[in-house]
Amino acid sequence: MRIELEKRPERSTVMAWASPLIAVLATVVTGGLIFAAIGKPPLQALWIFFLEPFSSLWSIEELIVKATPLILIGVGLSVAYRANVWNIGAEGQFTIGALMGGVVPVFFTSWQSPLTLVAMLALGILGGMLWAAIPALLKIRTRANEILVSLMLVYVAQLLLDWLVRGPWRDPKGYNFPKTVGFEDWQTMPVFGGGRLNLGIVLALAAAVGLAILMRRTMKGYEVRVLGEAPRAGRFAGFSSDRMTLFVFLLSGGLAGLAGIVEVASTVGQLQPNISPGYGFTAIIVAFLGRLDPIGVVVAALMLAVSYLGGEAAQVALGISDKAARVFQGVLLFWVLACDTLILYRLRIVRPEAAVEGV
Amino acid sequence: MSGSETAGAAAATGATGTAEFLVEARGIVKRFGTFTANDHVDLAIRPGEIHALLGENGAGKSTLVKMLYGSLQPTAGRIFWKGEPVVVTDPGRARDFGIGMVFQHFSLFEALTVTENIALALSNVADTGALATRIATVSKDYGLPLESRATVADLSVGERQRIEIVRCLLQEPKLLIMDEPTAVLTPQEADQLFLTLERLASEGCAVLYISHRLEEVKRLCHAATILRHGKVVAEVDPKQETAASLARLMVGADIHAIRPKHARIAGPTRLLVDRLDLPANGPFAVALDQVSLELRAGEILAIAGVAGNGQSELFDALSGERPVSRSGAVAIEGTACGHLGVAARRELGAAFVPEERLGHGAVPAFRLSENVVLTRDTIFTDAMRRLLGFLDFARADATAARVSTAYDVRKGKPDPEARSLSGGNLQKFVVGRELDRKPQVLVVNQPTWGVDAGAAALIRQALVDLAADGAGVLVISQDLDEIFEIADRVAVISRGHLSPGYDAHVMTLEKVGLLMGGAHGGSEAIEGALKLREADGRAY
Repeated sequence: MRIELEKRPERSTVMAWASPLIAVLATVVTGGLIFAAIGKPPLQALWIFFLEPFSSLWSIEELIVKATPLILIGVGLSVAYRANVWNIGAEGQFTIGALMGGVVPVFFTSWQSPLTLVAMLALGILGGMLWAAIPALLKIRTRANEILVSLMLVYVAQLLLDWLVRGPWRDPKGYNFPKTVGFEDWQTMPVFGGGRLNLGIVLALAAAVGLAILMRRTMKGYEVRVLGEAPRAGRFAGFSSDRMTLFVFLLSGGLAGLAGIVEVASTVGQLQPNISPGYGFTAIIVAFLGRLDPIGVVVAALMLAVSYLGGEAAQVALGISDKAARVFQGVLLFWVLACDTLILYRLRIVRPEAAVEGV
Repeated sequence: MSGSETAGAAAATGATGTAEFLVEARGIVKRFGTFTANDHVDLAIRPGEIHALLGENGAGKSTLVKMLYGSLQPTAGRIFWKGEPVVVTDPGRARDFGIGMVFQHFSLFEALTVTENIALALSNVADTGALATRIATVSKDYGLPLESRATVADLSVGERQRIEIVRCLLQEPKLLIMDEPTAVLTPQEADQLFLTLERLASEGCAVLYISHRLEEVKRLCHAATILRHGKVVAEVDPKQETAASLARLMVGADIHAIRPKHARIAGPTRLLVDRLDLPANGPFAVALDQVSLELRAGEILAIAGVAGNGQSELFDALSGERPVSRSGAVAIEGTACGHLGVAARRELGAAFVPEERLGHGAVPAFRLSENVVLTRDTIFTDAMRRLLGFLDFARADATAARVSTAYDVRKGKPDPEARSLSGGNLQKFVVGRELDRKPQVLVVNQPTWGVDAGAAALIRQALVDLAADGAGVLVISQDLDEIFEIADRVAVISRGHLSPGYDAHVMTLEKVGLLMGGAHGGSEAIEGALKLREADGRAY
């Protein structure tokens, strides 16, 4: 007796929705087993990890702040992945976006007007697009693998930032700490209420809604889906896969760059060697967990934000490493991809006699 | 497979094979789901015999040899090795018997050397130096020059094939299976290969030679088994046959009586192809060489030919999926468009139906209404929509429904995904989608490939009707029955060359067979063509 995967004639609509839920459930069970294995009380640990982030207004606000960059990057990546273009370097585009946008407060320290912020955001988007254009153009011109190029450019970007904030861009009054001058007033994102909740989430939601419309209702979105699903059919329709590669790289890179400048102009408040807890990589999980759908990405980003907050809470309350958050994200991505199989296949138990046909 | 169910087959065909044969397959049946790829196939090969396995694409040749080589297990039937019943459980077992196979697509590591590649395939290599010596000896003995230290990436396709052959020869095979070996070779390399195979045969090694190149088979092989639709249709001595008679056995068109065609109305030229060249875009592709044709209003021009002779390249060049630099090479409705892409050619009034339905003509995961949009940008209705690029889904739905009704597309629900449709129904949809645009030129590649008889009849009727309405229809097909049923004129493509078009009512199967049967560019083909020209009085 063995278990066989049997291809469904069509995509299962039920499973398309049920599969992320099964994945989350499986992640919680796996998490409980991991906690038990390292000798922590599983139920209490799970509560701290997954539910405590929802227990106070402060933590819900914090959840949204953490979800903002994940949404901005994730919606862009979801479009790129739909086109079968693998931008793995959002973290680098995020970094360059922060760096380019940071040019304004670093070099025009005293410029204060609403236009300051507009200029920063625009430069942030431009920076992300420029960084993303490199793997796109290399792929188009030389067929270089975009996964490798975009990924390696992450480290180039991070080291560039590191060098700048330790060297030429260092705050002269900063007691030699590796950081730039702090961003102030119109150099930062406007906040709602007195907390850390800022305009970024509005931009993120606008991007999600805009891309949802693009993907569902427009010819461009149709082109993305055709080229991603069946490149040969895309060529038959007259679409160019090279132009599409450039388009989705610029789109996802620009949004990652925007996320970068929004992040340093809000929660970070300056440029420093570490500006991201790996949002660019986590957003890859977000994009898949959100079914590569911009609206799904918003929900998924909130779920992943929980793992960041839960990781911090578990570090304090249980004394486990902050890497636990990464473990959970990895487990979650694994289950999401595994459960996605059920959308196109159903499980069937086969007895060996039935498999062989008589004469 | 268990003993009980093979007993029946053995009883039916005799419990043992005949010692006269090296390998014997008796009553082999292989089913994939409801599809029968091999239907009670018998095959027997003597030691030292070069045995051809002939058949069209999809006739079941590959399935049969995969069972001999152990990559597939038969649903029913028996295999005998030197008269003894055997079960070839896997390719390793086949190699133990002494069966070697050279696949059409090589499995070599480009970054490794010749010796390293061969060492990987052999189970116990202690000393690569000794192996290099053995490779040198074998390659010299059999006239297969190979530099054992060369890196595979630097070698030509012919040289790579030699590695595969030497790899088999090192295991001293008693039976060598070769899958379309000359498909990738230059004529000189092919000649060299034939010498090697003849040498092997003279030493007692049997060769199972899979091909659809009839000239080669006639020249090289001692016996031929011809498969059609999974069944053995004939076992012949190829030296006693003509290329035309072999072609007829392969495609099975002899059951069809040729009907005279109605006189062609010489309408205006719809599609003109003028000395079109297209380089091959890969080692397994065919280059188009000076292809010219003229398609007039009201006629169906069919292009016959054995698969893999440049049909898909011709389709790509005509559809604009692979544009050429010289704009005058292709003209649609009098407009030179060789350099234009597929969308621009559609705007000139052309429509295209590719061979592959899923993944080329339609997106498998898309609903029919979404697939309608693929070949129509007219789906935008007003300036506002065009500006923003919004799609008109209501109109797409209506079009899909209209096409489905008009061309009898049967489906389980109103708007299913393309992949859930049967081959015939999807083909009716893909053809119908194009006909719905009322094209002036239709280019269709293998219009009824793999579809049921009912759907095929409907599609052929639709093509005839379209031509009757004044469009020019170009049908690329391997199915001679189909061609003689609907075509007004017939041309034959062979190794990237296109013959002139001949009126269907003076075209006979012998002539088609001669042109497509592998007398590629040889004197026989030219003579044949000249004779045809004389016979017709009019060739285009």
